[in-house]
Amino acid sequence: MSKASFRIWRGDAGEGRLVDYTVEVNEGEVVLDVLHRLQATQAPDLAVRWNCKAGKCGSCSVEINGRPRLACMTRMNLFGPDDVITVTPIRTFPVIRDLVTDVSYNYTKARQIPSFTPDPRVKPGEMRMRQVDVERSQEFRKCIECFLCNTVCHVIRDHEENTEHFSGPRYLMRVAELEMHPEDTADRRMIAQDDFGLGYCNITKCCTEVCPEHIKITDNALIPLKERVASRRYDPVVWLGSKIGRRPAKDTPKVPNT
Amino acid sequence: MSTPADQQPGPSPAGAEGDGAAAAPVARHRYDVVVIGAGGAGLRAAIEAREQGKKTAVISKSLFGKAHTVMAEGGAAAAMGNVNARDNWQVHFRDTIRGGKFLNNPRMAELHAKEAPDRVWELEHWGALFDRTADGRISQRNFGGHEYPRLAHVGDRTGLEMIRTLQQRIVALQQADAERLGDPDAMLRVYAETTVTELLKDGERIAGAFGYVRETGEFVVFEAPAVVLATGGIGKSFKVTSNSWEYTGDGHALALRAGATLLNMEFVQFHPTGMVWPPSVKGILVTESVRGDGGVLRNSEGKRFMFDYVPEVFRGQYAETEEEADRWYTDPDNNRRPPELLPRDEVARSINAEVKAGRGSPHGGVFLDVSTRMPAEEIRRRLPSMHHQFKELADVDITAEPMEVGPTCHYVMGGVEVDPDTTAATVPGLFAAGEVAGGMHGSNRLGGNSLSDLLVFGRRAGLGAASYVDGLGEDRPRVGEADLDAARATALAPLERTGGESPYLLHQELQQTMNDLVGIIRRADEMKQALDSLDKLKERVAHVSAQGARPYNPGWHLALDLRNMLLVSIGTAMAALERQESRGGHTRDDFPEMSPEWRTTTLVLRADPAGEQVTLGRRPLERMRDDLLALFERSELAKYLTEAELAELPEGERP
Repeated sequence: MSKASFRIWRGDAGEGRLVDYTVEVNEGEVVLDVLHRLQATQAPDLAVRWNCKAGKCGSCSVEINGRPRLACMTRMNLFGPDDVITVTPIRTFPVIRDLVTDVSYNYTKARQIPSFTPDPRVKPGEMRMRQVDVERSQEFRKCIECFLCNTVCHVIRDHEENTEHFSGPRYLMRVAELEMHPEDTADRRMIAQDDFGLGYCNITKCCTEVCPEHIKITDNALIPLKERVASRRYDPVVWLGSKIGRRPAKDTPKVPNT
Repeated sequence: MSTPADQQPGPSPAGAEGDGAAAAPVARHRYDVVVIGAGGAGLRAAIEAREQGKKTAVISKSLFGKAHTVMAEGGAAAAMGNVNARDNWQVHFRDTIRGGKFLNNPRMAELHAKEAPDRVWELEHWGALFDRTADGRISQRNFGGHEYPRLAHVGDRTGLEMIRTLQQRIVALQQADAERLGDPDAMLRVYAETTVTELLKDGERIAGAFGYVRETGEFVVFEAPAVVLATGGIGKSFKVTSNSWEYTGDGHALALRAGATLLNMEFVQFHPTGMVWPPSVKGILVTESVRGDGGVLRNSEGKRFMFDYVPEVFRGQYAETEEEADRWYTDPDNNRRPPELLPRDEVARSINAEVKAGRGSPHGGVFLDVSTRMPAEEIRRRLPSMHHQFKELADVDITAEPMEVGPTCHYVMGGVEVDPDTTAATVPGLFAAGEVAGGMHGSNRLGGNSLSDLLVFGRRAGLGAASYVDGLGEDRPRVGEADLDAARATALAPLERTGGESPYLLHQELQQTMNDLVGIIRRADEMKQALDSLDKLKERVAHVSAQGARPYNPGWHLALDLRNMLLVSIGTAMAALERQESRGGHTRDDFPEMSPEWRTTTLVLRADPAGEQVTLGRRPLERMRDDLLALFERSELAKYLTEAELAELPEGERP
């Protein structure tokens, strides 16, 4: 058992400040354990969102010493004995209270993406897919929706005005996931660029770096999606095909009223 | 089909009330069907109710898509026969009944086994991407108690795939409503981070649900003639548990206070393999897939001890030597299964016994090893979450060294008594599905049967609720103002009280009591002591006080949850004290044998509307139909049934 020094942001949408705490730490603990101990001993109304405490639900996203992390997967032995550990709410989203933020932006963006669209002639139980073909989308479906990637992405972290036109790495990856789904028949390439803001992404890979599931968001989702979009928009053969009516483009529109 | 409920505010519009100390505005919403809980069962129920044309609300204690279902790892059991063509619903039914030690509601187990494949295929049609067989179908894996490879899975994160697929299906339905009606929330809305604290009734019938919104602390009432409970389990009443924050027995307690009955509450599953080190992660689940895919259990002497623990009822079905057990993975038709794949209750008790005998691992568990069983690359591919979890939380590389594991409170078999076909509880308008419902799993649930249970009975709950609403016509129950006032006062009490004890402290005491005295191995004197302690805790919980204000105040939320945990713990302890035998998730040190007489008895709990008094009753177990009994050999039935029951067996079953 030892003591650790914490600075925790306390406050609400109106105002707040960093509050200092000294708190007991035991072997093997993670930051979320310490936050729970603070609740039980010093700050009973400290707001922190959490669920599974096993890195599977993606609820306890916070910024620890400025880096977006899951509190339940950040072990205390990452820090030196004299370090002051600063915990603040994830910065990109509005604060509700203390370490809890309003992440409704993400759910709004999720609703704008046209859903999985199988061929209506294929009945349940009839799909046949090869493992190698499902693995691409499976990687993206490992996502626990902690929204750390959206939090860290400078397109919206530093530019609130972009939130309307940019879905963030999480939902651009969702578009890629559906586009790579072997049984999907929709074509979201035009709206990926026009409505979800794929062009804003300049592949700095910050999203990949903070992903607790180690999904290669940039390399495996965003860059391939950019390539697909480029071939839809700029490939001269595709352009010619659409002009002479050989291959009429069937772009799926963004979902209305969402 | 009835018309969707209107969206007009009720007789007391939000913000218009004020009656002294308890004054707090209440937002009102009207729905046809309200589903409490947004895990697998709740989302599947809501999808069905919406598809039946009902205006539906889902009340989620957490954010949308975070429910405890995400933690399910192994898979969903469904006899699709993709890997072994001999599998069918009868074999699945038989395995389920064996796993539950013949205490299951036979009709539920039958519906479950028959409908699970369609429910899994339906998920695939909604976009789920399960792992594949070589010929492109859904792959199926081995699991404890299942005769054939049966679990549809995605690595070891199947629950996440399921919750995400259902979440995305809800979004798809909302998108259709957005296009058609101009509003995605018009017919199906998710109320995130909203907790129901009370069910409301009009006479005998359900009239709605009352709760608070975490973000603001404001109150909300859902007026609805049909309420589906899909709140999951009770694990947060125990200290060592694999369960997440939400598992505070809310649905069990809401049902009791509303006058519904709970059955089988003495049966609590301790999953054999939870992490034991470091202390802060004690209880976190290590998936059964580790054993299904070849992992073995060893004690401190390096011995595969499970061979010593095959119980009489399963003798003959499991391998007797390590050689035979190892051959089974590649040649299951000519060898018997390894005893590591016995049902969970058996494995958990065996681990407990090894540790007690002094043959445990350094941190009080046993060793679970895959590192010597398959190449590192294969471990990382088949068990990615486990690899990740041990590396990040325990500094253990499972490709190079064994894991330390021990039992952890995982699942409650007991729950709300329901009609198998409609999931209707004994209170009109109340339905229950998933872990909160009782009967399906008998005294012990097989791994993989939970995810399929959620789908099968979640759908049936949506259908049941919709058809109940249709039957009401214009005769809808109304929420009484006095009931609303009472619910509001109860919810505010911990905040208004001063000088009471801390909810965190009381919670820790409750968890310690249940863990130590009503845990995996039980004795009469300890359970009496537990009931004594719980009685004293009741007094203290009644005076708990929460500091701070109403917006997002976890101390206040816990103070309210405590009331539910305590009520359910008392019921569990009462039922556990009453049942004088050992069976499945109920092991009595003082009554170690399984008793055919006790099998015929179901213990039923009731409570008064305030949840102050819990009473225990008995009722006979539903008899299994003859065509289902015929699926078992008489020699096997003789291990479970009484002489009188055996004498009544149809001719074909007699020797």
